[in-house]
Amino acid sequence: MGKVFVDTIVKFTREGDKIPLEIVWDDGRKFQVDRVLDITRAASLKAGGRGIRYKCRVKGKEIYLFFDDDKWFVETENR
Amino acid sequence: MKRVILHCDLNNFYASVECLYNPELRDRPVAVCGSVEDRHGIVLAKNYEAKKYKVMTGETVWEAKSKCPGLVTVRANHSLYLKFSRYARQIYEYYTDQIESFGLDECWMDVSESSLLFGDGPKIANEIRKKIKRELGVTVSIGVSYNKIFAKLGSDMKKPDAVTVITEDNFKEKIWGLPVEDLLYVGRSTRRKLNNLAIFTIGDLANCHLEFLIKQLGKWGYTLWNFANGYDTSPVARNDCEIAIKSIGNSLTTPRDLTNNEDVRILIYTLSESVGERLRSHNLKGRTVQISLKDPGLQSLERQGQLDLHTYITSEIAAKAYEIFLKSWDWSKNIRALGVRVTDLVEADTCTQISLFLDDAKRQKLEMIDECVDRVRERFGHYSVQRGILLQYRD
Repeated sequence: MGKVFVDTIVKFTREGDKIPLEIVWDDGRKFQVDRVLDITRAASLKAGGRGIRYKCRVKGKEIYLFFDDDKWFVETENR
Repeated sequence: MKRVILHCDLNNFYASVECLYNPELRDRPVAVCGSVEDRHGIVLAKNYEAKKYKVMTGETVWEAKSKCPGLVTVRANHSLYLKFSRYARQIYEYYTDQIESFGLDECWMDVSESSLLFGDGPKIANEIRKKIKRELGVTVSIGVSYNKIFAKLGSDMKKPDAVTVITEDNFKEKIWGLPVEDLLYVGRSTRRKLNNLAIFTIGDLANCHLEFLIKQLGKWGYTLWNFANGYDTSPVARNDCEIAIKSIGNSLTTPRDLTNNEDVRILIYTLSESVGERLRSHNLKGRTVQISLKDPGLQSLERQGQLDLHTYITSEIAAKAYEIFLKSWDWSKNIRALGVRVTDLVEADTCTQISLFLDDAKRQKLEMIDECVDRVRERFGHYSVQRGILLQYRD
């Protein structure tokens, strides 16, 4: 399990919320966020860290995207 | 109304935060330590794996490693711990505004009023425990009771990630059998005194004759007897309550031992500079200057002296500290650590007696120079203005 910091395209709503729209992987690949399913504060025991956790659907798969200390990171399987 | 007090204690706080951010360390013995190069190489916190090897807080890194050869030592990251402490506080603040911190990792909460909204003490405690684990990835032990002392005892009884409830009905069976040193404020020396009086458990203390205890320990005997019997009524400070500052001081363990007066004078000026700056920023002046010294064998010494007038002038503080030092140190040993502290504080703009024999106009000028230096440093950084005495260390 590992942690990958990613660039993220984000929509700021007029209520002040942040909604991730697209994740740019560290090798340049882009993944569109199809839907944000849940937003909550949580720790990431797999990647190591904590923050606001966005449960997102990307290409039919559910992933956790974290926002901590002004950075975005994703839990990965094999780093 | 019966009080409901919680005491929250984040378990192995520093080590838990490090293990959260470094998952590969989680199953290994880990100790968070100060910098060995800067001679701060002691264990500040350890995880449960390290505890199995009897690694103790406060022992040197080499002692810890000799007990536990596979020990992973991690440098302390105070800003991260401070941030985590704030996150935990945000969770506590959801339940009450009466939160009194006791270090970075502990605090008391008075949830007497909140019980109407959120449920009874144990329910709130369990909610907090789960929230901390889920949101912060660390664990907390919580004691629930009707006074601060028993709540604190409760949080120590079951660890990690647990809630212990001590009520007026069960405190005798839960607490009275515990060793007396488990009670808050009973340190090594008080324990020794109590043990000499054949008081070994909290129950022994509670059942002791009050007059006898006062005779032996003075006012402190009365306080401890009240603690043991559950009569402590001290309130939990409110969120916005500012604690009155009693002293301002700075100390430093130097990278190499100080070996002569000039070394000490330079360090005294450096420390006094910071003490003076902090006094001025809090709008305080002090009259008593204290110095603390530690030799390489870790024997320490404290001496103090009084100034003629209350002051926040750096040069006056430094000169007094150096004068005290010259009187108290004979250089039979070198110096490992040095501290300067100012006490006996008053508000800087309070009317105070001035002296007929001191040059008040000069003192006012010195105050203005110091204030001016503060402003320059605020705008251009701390090192934009330095004392001449410090220049020889620029390289």
